[in-house]
Order: sequence, then C-alpha cells, then structure tokens
Amino acid sequence: MLRFYLKKKLTAGKKSFDLELEYDLPDGSFLGVRGPSGSGKTTLIRCLAGLERPDDGRIEMGGELWFDGRRRIFAPARRRRVGVVFQDYALFPNMTVLGNVLYARADVKRARALLELTRLTEQAEQFPRELSGGQRQRTALARALAREPELLLLDEPLSSLDEELRESLGDDLARIQRETRITAIMVSHSRAETRRLCTETLELRAGRLDDDNLSVY
Amino acid sequence: MNLDPLPFMVSLRLGLWVTTLLTLACFPLSWIFCEAKGRWAIWAESLTSLPLVLSPTVLGFYLLLALSPRAPVGLFFESIFHVRLAFSFAGIVIGGCVSSLPFMLTALKTAMRGVPVNLLEASYTLGKGRIETALRVLVPNMKTGLVAGVVTTFAHSIGEFGVILMIGGSVPGLTKTVSIAVYERAESLDFSGANSYAIVLVIASYIGILFLNGLQRREARR
Repeated sequence: MLRFYLKKKLTAGKKSFDLELEYDLPDGSFLGVRGPSGSGKTTLIRCLAGLERPDDGRIEMGGELWFDGRRRIFAPARRRRVGVVFQDYALFPNMTVLGNVLYARADVKRARALLELTRLTEQAEQFPRELSGGQRQRTALARALAREPELLLLDEPLSSLDEELRESLGDDLARIQRETRITAIMVSHSRAETRRLCTETLELRAGRLDDDNLSVY
Repeated sequence: MNLDPLPFMVSLRLGLWVTTLLTLACFPLSWIFCEAKGRWAIWAESLTSLPLVLSPTVLGFYLLLALSPRAPVGLFFESIFHVRLAFSFAGIVIGGCVSSLPFMLTALKTAMRGVPVNLLEASYTLGKGRIETALRVLVPNMKTGLVAGVVTTFAHSIGEFGVILMIGGSVPGLTKTVSIAVYERAESLDFSGANSYAIVLVIASYIGILFLNGLQRREARR
C-alpha cells in the first residue's frame, strides 16, 4: 500500500499555489493522474520518486517510510525502490538498449526477459538515437522495471507519440502493469487514456484533488 | 640552424603536468560550481576566470611573491616537501595550472551543463550514487567537452610565456620553455632561430585545434 500526504508550494508563472494531496493506493493498482499543465502532476511524481523534497507531509510505501516532514526523514531517490519513466525517457545515449537495462541491474538473464516483455529483443544492441519514439518509450519502461521496483512512476509516457502508437503502447503499458502486478502511477493530460488504462483516476486542479473527478473502476 | 631540444622537452613536460593536474582538479570543481546555488559561487567562479583577463606578468608577479620562500605557500612547500618553488620546474607547473585554469574549467562546466539533468536523475532513481552516476553517465556524455578542455589547456600551457618567465626565469632544461627560447632568440636578433622554435608551436597548436573541430563536427552530426 502506498500512503501519502504531500504539501509543497509551487510556482506557475507569476502565480503560486500549494500542492496538497492525500491518497492511499492499494498494492497492484494503476492510478492515473490527470490535470491541466501546471497543476502539480509532475511535482507529485518527483516527490514520490525522491527527486524533490516536499515542504511537509509523509510518504509510506509497503510499511517503509520514505518521507516524514515532522521527523525530517527523507529517503533520496536511490534509496527508494521506484522505477521512473520520464516524459522524454532520459535514456543514456552512451549505452545500447541492453546497456540501459543492465545499468539498472547487472543481470543479463532478467534484462533479456524484460526486452522480450517489451518487444525489444531485436533492438538490444542499438543505441537510443537509432530507435523510434515507441521503442524509446519501451526501453525506458524495461529499464524502470529492471530493479523490480515497488512503485512505477510514469510521467506522461505517451505524450510525445502519435495517436496510433499511443493507443498500442498504452495497451502494452496496461498489460505489463497487470502481468508484473506492480503498483503504478501514470500522469497524463488525457482523460480517455487514464480511464482506458488505469484502475483508478484522480484529477488535480491547482495542486488539489478535484473530488468531482475521482473514480475507481 | 642550432636547435636545442631541451626547451621542447620542458614545454612538453609542463603541458603534460598542467593538463593532468587540471583535469583531475577541475572535475570536482566544475561539479561543485554546477550544483552550487549560493551567491558565493559567482564570486568563486569569477575568481577562477581572472587569469583570462589579467595580464600574465601581473599574474606571474603575484604568483612569484606567493611562491617565494618568505611567503606562506613557498615556505610550506620548502619546509614540508623540501622543494623551492620560485625558479623551479614545480613552480612553473603551479603557475601554468593557475594561468590555464579557466580553459579547463570553462570547458568542463559547459560540457557538464550540457548533460541533461534528467539523465542524472534517471541514474539516481536506478539506485546509483553520485560517484557512479558521474563516472558512468556524466563523463561519457561530456566527452567532447573533456577533449576540448584537454586540447586547449595543453596548447595554452605549452605556449604560456609571461607567467612562466616571471616565476621560472630561463633556466635551461628546467624552466626554459619554447616560448622563452623564441623570446631570447628574437631579442638577440636571431630571427631564423626564433622562427624554428615558433613554427613548431604554431603547427602543434593548429593540429590540436584541427582535431578538436573535427571531433565537434562529428558529434554535431550524430
């Protein structure tokens, strides 16, 4: 179970607002987070990943405390068992597809299995610059899964792809999440996308949960 | 034509020492500057860029004072390592490091800032610490900048004149570099001798810059 209560002051242009959000996510769930640009979606992902420190709150994953504002506990990203798929994938240009996955965990057998799961076996020896957008997205996903994370965080992973590819890779994402039964959170602009792929969704408006748009499927 | 090989040997040794020491020192320094958020960083960065705009003789003069056995730095080296810095090879290496510092530091800072932050963040989320991230992600992705730093620092240090002359004088086989040999030949109106030394520096520097430009073009095409 992922339990979090987060508070962080955000600035969007000249305006500033507080991201304040409390949520409990059962193991194996796939949460879709929607909201307009600047509503705090990416900050939420970054706080959960340990890349940003919230001003206050508490994050607990599977009984392990990752952050506690009052007790000044903050586990940095490398100490949290998270897998992150960045919006632009952040693949290491100096490593092949296999190298990117092996960087996360030096286990060739597991890396090959992940490449098979993400349909990248033929691209194993290619560099990121030689891949299509969809192949890059799947490489980033394979790499994020390599460490067997407890929590998978996806920051608009489909946003830079064309419509057709979005649909098929979205289906791939949902399938892989179901097969690995990993707890996942995906940030997206698209309501249709989160509804189709995720087991529950929430909408953020200026850093707050929009209760009218909270759904569990 | 009587061409003494010793100045070439001194320049080459000087260039190798300065480039090696600055490469090692500037990596952590540029990392600190890239990560620094405090106002102190602007003051410190400006200080490290000072040799770019300061007259080499002014820089050399203050370094000579600092390295003399009566000054704290010179005294420290003499009492601990039994090395006299003024008018010695060790002294011109220190002078060369100070005067070439901005070349290496600027190249490394620019290269480091060119590596997207999210590559480093991706590495952290994959369980890696700062050192492993620096060695396996940062350094390989700033290769061109690193080569630029090495080439320009080496070329600048073998051609350095003012600072070296002020600190080291012209001791044959010890502190007399090619630049100083050129100056001495020209001063004694031996223009042909001066040209023999100078042309080697011109060719070596041109080859270095040619290599660098070729590498940058190749990187840009990728």
